[in-house]
Amino acid sequence: MRNGSALRGGRLWPVHLVLAIGAAAMVMPFFWQVLTSLKTFTEATRTPPVWIPSFEWGNFAKVLDETPFLQQLGNTVVMTTGRTLAQLLFCSLAAYAFARLRFPGRDVIFVALLSVLMVPGQLFLIPQYQIIQSLGWLNTLPGLIAPGMFSAFGTFMMRQFFMTLPAEVEEAARLDGANPLRIFWSVMLPLARPGLLALGVLTVLWSWNDLMWPLIVNTDPESMPLSAGLSALQGEHMTDYPVLMAGSLMASAPIIVLFIIMQKQLIQGIAFTGSK
Amino acid sequence: MSTAGRAVAVKAAARPATRRRLRDRDWVWGYAMIAPLVLGLAVFYLWPVVQSVYYSFTEWTLFGDATWVGLRNYEQLFTDPANGRALRNTFVYGGLSLLGIPLSIAVAALLGTRGLRLVSLYRTLYFLPVVTMPAAVAMIWTWLYNGDYGLVNYLLSLVGIHGASWIAEPSTALYALVAVGIWTQIGYNAVIFMAGLQSIPSHLYEAASIDGAGRARQFFRITLPLLSPSIFFVSVLSVINGLQMFDLVYLMLRRGNPAREDTQTVVSLFFSRAFEEGAKGYAAAMAVVLMLITLVLTVIQFRVQKRWVHYA
Repeated sequence: MRNGSALRGGRLWPVHLVLAIGAAAMVMPFFWQVLTSLKTFTEATRTPPVWIPSFEWGNFAKVLDETPFLQQLGNTVVMTTGRTLAQLLFCSLAAYAFARLRFPGRDVIFVALLSVLMVPGQLFLIPQYQIIQSLGWLNTLPGLIAPGMFSAFGTFMMRQFFMTLPAEVEEAARLDGANPLRIFWSVMLPLARPGLLALGVLTVLWSWNDLMWPLIVNTDPESMPLSAGLSALQGEHMTDYPVLMAGSLMASAPIIVLFIIMQKQLIQGIAFTGSK
Repeated sequence: MSTAGRAVAVKAAARPATRRRLRDRDWVWGYAMIAPLVLGLAVFYLWPVVQSVYYSFTEWTLFGDATWVGLRNYEQLFTDPANGRALRNTFVYGGLSLLGIPLSIAVAALLGTRGLRLVSLYRTLYFLPVVTMPAAVAMIWTWLYNGDYGLVNYLLSLVGIHGASWIAEPSTALYALVAVGIWTQIGYNAVIFMAGLQSIPSHLYEAASIDGAGRARQFFRITLPLLSPSIFFVSVLSVINGLQMFDLVYLMLRRGNPAREDTQTVVSLFFSRAFEEGAKGYAAAMAVVLMLITLVLTVIQFRVQKRWVHYA
């Protein structure tokens, strides 16, 4: 492409400069969030801004005292875990059948399921709400979890993944008399680990951050996840920005840490969605 | 069954008996393995679409009884000026969010520079807004945009500009939200573009530079055309996401915000009609129309792509 020696060393500084300016624009809001969360209200509303805060940890304590934060954190963890495990199981189970087994109507059913992806979510919400209501599941964890347990996208993604796996291993197991469920569980699932991890990370991210569904079904602060809890916090502390910044930091920190750990899987998952 | 199907059946019959028995049993296993998913999707997604379409022709009483009102909800849709405004805002939002695409391509291309260090650090930083909870993003930006004490206006004041109360004024609120939307999308789109860039064979660039093509020429003649499938995918996604705009509107334009009325999107309006005002039949009609709009836009995008997308 270009000659190698020119690329090494100092010639890359303009690239670094541009990327660093962009990165600053990405990070500045978070820096400001952290800084504000450590200020007193008077410091936060001073102009020019105070750059060295007085480390007002009381803002974080206030979030813990005045909202059921830990309860909501627990709700979020249960909701996210439940949806993710269910999706991984149901999607990969069905995806394997769609990718490798033959049965009448297979392709028609698959296409019918994919049609879900074309429909805006608002068409599901009212009937979904009614189902949850009629089951008596409003303001409960099952109500929060249930619709998110099933995913057409996840099935599509896992099916594409299974189709890339070689058929030989499976054929050998078949001739040994293993049934499809057994082959799926002990041969294919271990091979599908990268795909499962990618789908899992995407689902965790989506579920942790999901706002509209929780706003609809769980309106009681004790049963909300963090996303809806933040919305309620904002409603109460309209202008107490240090407390709002502390709350938003506490609610989003776990997923940011997870992302930094699982970055590779998340990037793979997203790159995958772009390639299909 | 088609001729091809019959040919497969004939072939299967010619196989050894054990093998055939295995294939026959596939039926049962196949249905059993897809059953949980199919059931879940049917109950929570497929049947609800049918129900929603039915609801769009009904009106609901306080007790949740639905009575058939024919096309009245749809007539009302066209007479309520709030809908026209929301639709316009939604289109502006969807259209302007495409502005993030050139930025994302630039980021991806720069990150793909050969021999560049710190790539994973940059990627992490550009990705932070993508993984952050929208509720948190909305709070952070509400604070940054604050007219009196916000960082945005402080920075502007350093260069002598007196900034507005960005999200409290009808003339600026929508654009302020678009900027936040783009900010959250750049990292995500850049990842897709990076994958697209990696799939471009390097010998093309080698051949081009032997022919004396400079970097800019290579970018416009090789990179952009071969990246066009990714650009197409991202633009379809951006428009769909734009049409679905809700979280930021709901959280940044709270009740009492003077810009709230003028900056609603279709989905935020749907949410308040359906779940705050209880007008579920009317809201269902909104959802049906939104589906039709999404469908038409997607079909148009797929039609137009034939003119500019090159599949290698």
